[in-house]
Amino acid sequence: MVVTAARTPLYEEHVRLGAQMTNFGGWVMPLQYSTIREEHRAVREGVGLFDLSHMGELRLMDESLGQRVVSRDVTRLKPGRIQYALLCNEKGGIIDDVLVYAVADGGYLLVVNAGNQDSDFDWIKAQGTQSTKVLNVGRDWTLVGVQGPRAVGLVQRLTTADLGNVKYYAFVEGTVADVPCVISRTGYTGEDGFELFCGNADAVGLWRALLEEGKSDGIRPAGLGARDTLRLEAGMRLYGNDMDANTNPLEAGLDWTLNLDKDFIGRDAIIRAREQGLSRVLVGFKMLDRSIPRHGYSLVNDGQRIGTVTSGNVSFTLGYNIGMAYVPPALAEPGTHFGVDVRGTAAPAEVVQLPFYKRPHPK
Amino acid sequence: MADLTSMRFAETHEWVMKDGETATVGISEYAQSQLGDVIYLELPAVGQQLDAGARLGVIESVKAASDLYSPVGGEVTEVNGELKDHPEYVNQDPYGKGWIIKLRAVKDNPKLLDQKAYDAFVEGQSH
Repeated sequence: MVVTAARTPLYEEHVRLGAQMTNFGGWVMPLQYSTIREEHRAVREGVGLFDLSHMGELRLMDESLGQRVVSRDVTRLKPGRIQYALLCNEKGGIIDDVLVYAVADGGYLLVVNAGNQDSDFDWIKAQGTQSTKVLNVGRDWTLVGVQGPRAVGLVQRLTTADLGNVKYYAFVEGTVADVPCVISRTGYTGEDGFELFCGNADAVGLWRALLEEGKSDGIRPAGLGARDTLRLEAGMRLYGNDMDANTNPLEAGLDWTLNLDKDFIGRDAIIRAREQGLSRVLVGFKMLDRSIPRHGYSLVNDGQRIGTVTSGNVSFTLGYNIGMAYVPPALAEPGTHFGVDVRGTAAPAEVVQLPFYKRPHPK
Repeated sequence: MADLTSMRFAETHEWVMKDGETATVGISEYAQSQLGDVIYLELPAVGQQLDAGARLGVIESVKAASDLYSPVGGEVTEVNGELKDHPEYVNQDPYGKGWIIKLRAVKDNPKLLDQKAYDAFVEGQSH
């Protein structure tokens, strides 16, 4: 059997721009156009353009169902605002991490990970009744990320919407380059910027208009390679790497995404886990030599295996190598030293505070 | 630009340029383009004996860590120390300043490909 990865409406644009393509979450996506280093720098210093159409979108009309499946209190979310939250199973394991949008005409939009889109949809439907309205709309929409210190100015030049009034984790509807969009001040890079949702038919027009208008900002199309090195510096977890259905949100350091004073699926198990005490927690660490930690490498301390690296790479911005790993709570304090088993050698590493990188505050 | 016609290539994408009993080893243009941004190399000690096809070290790019193999047997006489601070030379100039090691007492390896055969091999790989 040959499983064909789906193409986004921007596939031909990526090919034309000379992208190296890769399969991710059931989609064929650009990995890089030039080099990951250059695309990473463009986002930190100027602006980068991402095709994020592989992300899934679910429309959920039922408030009480939303309240049951999402880890945060969605009823407190005002229309036009967004929260980062989790979907958990009965055991408190993380099924997915999602963005919840409170839509003005009722209900919620959930932006979910590409590879989980259909399983999330099935799971949410199964928690509701026959009449529950849940729509799997991800394949009807294109999502484009415009990220970097010059992103807000760039998008503002292409829209009449007053973006100064769109706070971080808020959204408005408007047109960008005459294309009707949901303009969302969110991202996965650690920089300011927007994620723009539009209909598939408008995708190429929007993409080209952003590249054209962004020329004066030094815009670069950026692929999943840079997206991964950027999110790692920003300390953002990657579902499937840093957490999965066997990870408790408390272990993943995502306590702040939980409203334990309301009922949601997994809440009781999470409270029990907290009472019993955690056996491992996610930490950030930096390498003290030049070795590169990778997903799956073991951590060692006094000859004992103490944990596992979940993400690791070079930090282009900081100039050293960084990673995230699960360790026993006793070894989680910043300044703690341990080894990363890199091909049989214990390479020295030190626990540091997450995130590794925080963007400078605007003046 | 290096003279590629006098080089020999391994199917594991290393090149070797012989000069009498000594030889220089690096990775091909195709290899560097597939690896992407090279960020670290783990290289052998000077004096180490390598057999043809033996692992000589590890090359790490942003994407992954990959093994490097010696296309010919010989004794390591030099490693490219510049790569410690400038691993990107492997991307920028794989046949020039991105060379990786030098060997002496080199033994021939009849399994290596000339440029034409290597290009055909790469062409076959990418389809």
